[in-house]
Amino acid sequence: MTATLEKPPVAEAPVKEPRDWRGPALFALVAVIGLVVMPLVLEPFRLGLLAKYLTYAIVALGIGLAWGQGGMLTLGQGVFFGLGGYAMGMHLKLNDAGDGLPDFMVWSGVETLPALWEPFRNPVFAIAMVVVVPGAVAWLLGTLVFRQRVRGAYFAILTQALAAAMVILLVGQQGLTGGTNGLTNFFEFFGRDVAADSTQRGLYFTVAIVLGVLFVGAWQLQRSRFGRLLLAVRDGEDRVRFLGYNPATVKTITFTISAVMAGIAGALFVPVVGIISPALLGVVPSLELVVAVAVGGRFALAGAVLGAVLMGYAKTYFSEELPDAWLYLQGALFILVIGLAPKGIIGFFRRKDVAA
Amino acid sequence: MRNAFLRTAVGAGLVLVLAACGGDPTESTTGGGAAAGGDTIKVGLLHSLSGTMAISEVTVRDAELLAIEEINAAGGVLGKKLEPVVEDGASDWPTFAEKANKLISQDKVATVFGGWTSASRKAMLPVFERHKALLWYPVQYEGLESSPYIFYTGATTNQQIIPGLDYLKEQGKTKIFLVGSDYVFPRTANKIIKAYAAANGMTILGEEYTPLGHTEYSTLTNKVVQAKPDAVFNTLNGDSNVAFFKQLKSAGVTAESMPVLSVSVAEEEVTGIGVDNIVGHPVAWNYYQTTENAANTKFVAAFKAKYGDAKVTSDPMEAGYNAVYLWAEAVKKAGTTEVEAVKKASGGIALERPEGLVTIDGETQHMYKTARIGIIQPDGLIKEVWNSGEPIKPDPYLKSYPWAGSLAS
Repeated sequence: MTATLEKPPVAEAPVKEPRDWRGPALFALVAVIGLVVMPLVLEPFRLGLLAKYLTYAIVALGIGLAWGQGGMLTLGQGVFFGLGGYAMGMHLKLNDAGDGLPDFMVWSGVETLPALWEPFRNPVFAIAMVVVVPGAVAWLLGTLVFRQRVRGAYFAILTQALAAAMVILLVGQQGLTGGTNGLTNFFEFFGRDVAADSTQRGLYFTVAIVLGVLFVGAWQLQRSRFGRLLLAVRDGEDRVRFLGYNPATVKTITFTISAVMAGIAGALFVPVVGIISPALLGVVPSLELVVAVAVGGRFALAGAVLGAVLMGYAKTYFSEELPDAWLYLQGALFILVIGLAPKGIIGFFRRKDVAA
Repeated sequence: MRNAFLRTAVGAGLVLVLAACGGDPTESTTGGGAAAGGDTIKVGLLHSLSGTMAISEVTVRDAELLAIEEINAAGGVLGKKLEPVVEDGASDWPTFAEKANKLISQDKVATVFGGWTSASRKAMLPVFERHKALLWYPVQYEGLESSPYIFYTGATTNQQIIPGLDYLKEQGKTKIFLVGSDYVFPRTANKIIKAYAAANGMTILGEEYTPLGHTEYSTLTNKVVQAKPDAVFNTLNGDSNVAFFKQLKSAGVTAESMPVLSVSVAEEEVTGIGVDNIVGHPVAWNYYQTTENAANTKFVAAFKAKYGDAKVTSDPMEAGYNAVYLWAEAVKKAGTTEVEAVKKASGGIALERPEGLVTIDGETQHMYKTARIGIIQPDGLIKEVWNSGEPIKPDPYLKSYPWAGSLAS
């Protein structure tokens, strides 16, 4: 199934109208709930889970931009999430190991630190790589495929294959990547005990603020001329080309931005959850996030974020209440939402506005 | 608006779900602290109930529930009944970490019995160490680990893999081919096997890995057959065994011409593989359903009575079943469920279990276990043909084996 098969809402013409304050007001309300209410109400364990959902929401935001706005159905965001996560994980492992080797290398029989790992000792380099590596991979991939006018289902399959290949690569190189186990058992996060409640609290605020900043950035991008162009590419790529724009460039830039978001999310996920493993970046988690975006509403950035948080909560809640049957409930929720509201939750509540 | 009602209904439903999530912690805190007071002692059971590992892990969970039921029927522990809190690890390692955290910090369980794959254990290890809580891990594994907050009730390498190699050597099988799934246990096991082979005059003709869940084995089988090994050492896991053994059979390999020694195929898996495909091949474990002693007769009968006559019992199930009894014994000895006291009391505890005498080694928190080699019978059960005679002292880092010097740090 491709995004272009469905009829997306028509991009409204840029009519000059009085500034609508409802959006910013809602954003401010959500920010207050996220930054003030939740940290007061939730106990550390639940706050940690919320931080995890918010890292997923960052990935979802990128998917919302690439898929919802740009029509690029990317089924391999896990790859970029993983690249960011491994960059962070490698730094934390080296930091914990001090002069020695990371624990998994010891039991995998690696005797000297692989050259690939050495520069990740430097925190600045590691953080730079969180952004640079996913961005560069997406840019390269985008440049190659969009210029060849690969789109729709072919692009979706390509990204999915990339996710599958990445998992095989990581699992096979046990001495270099920790294999199936991935990287876990971190102690220190930039001088703090990573498991301490205060660190986890700080991490929650970091994740929430990063999400907020990226959301505002994506929102501005969507409202800009570039955003209009992106919508136009989604709705009629050939027409955009005839008008003299290069759709490949627009798509490559957007895909790269979404990849960078996934990379940042992966890097934040590692200290929050305490593990990065191939299981987190394969086909299934990548699909789960696309499903979450569909549930929330892919045509609105807020829908992507809402979907990711909601599906995260639903997964935890269902699995705690009904450990034997929660998957059925999760599936039923997806079918119910998509059945009743093909444009997701946001689309469901918004229809009145659009019609008016 | 035609859909106004629907819209309200869905909205209300979502609010309810979120409200219920928010309400959950309070519900748990009222039940929490049961380990310290109250009429019951909460214990966590954390296995994959969904995903690829569910087929194996559900049986371990069932065995643990049976043990809890039996202990409760006999009066419980410290005068209190055990109350199991079951969670699903979903064959996903970060989920294991999350659920372990939930059991410890929300449910305040006294201990957790859980895990199967090495990856799930590695993911849970930091959670238990940071919270200073206890995990009982019931499956044979690759060794090279000894966490102060984990008790390992399955075999470590010197109680399964090395006896398996000793057996092959005794049988005069010196040319070995290694086949395994691509993850930590097979890769580490094969490293140990190669070191053993080098020191014992055995040759390794080849080493092949396939991804977990792989089912296309014609190429690999050709490679194995062409290499003409005396025996194959098989560390494949799960479904892959079905395809591999079928392929071997159709390539004309018999248990007589080229025995395949498996370390991850137990009674439960034999049924899945199909007895015809695997009959006569050897396996290495510490327990079989056919192991003869009074404790096992009772265990097998109780398990069949609770879960049905067609059910079989296997080594990991027995190890999970033992874990509950061993923990309960340590709690009785300590007089409390407090973790440090239980750890201290556990050393030297010896119980007659279905596999024979099991003693907790206080230093490594592994068990003394008897190694047993068995041959798969036409009825799907496994008949023991060799055992180590006495329980082997656990040596997770293989410190007592000179040839293994380079393996551990």
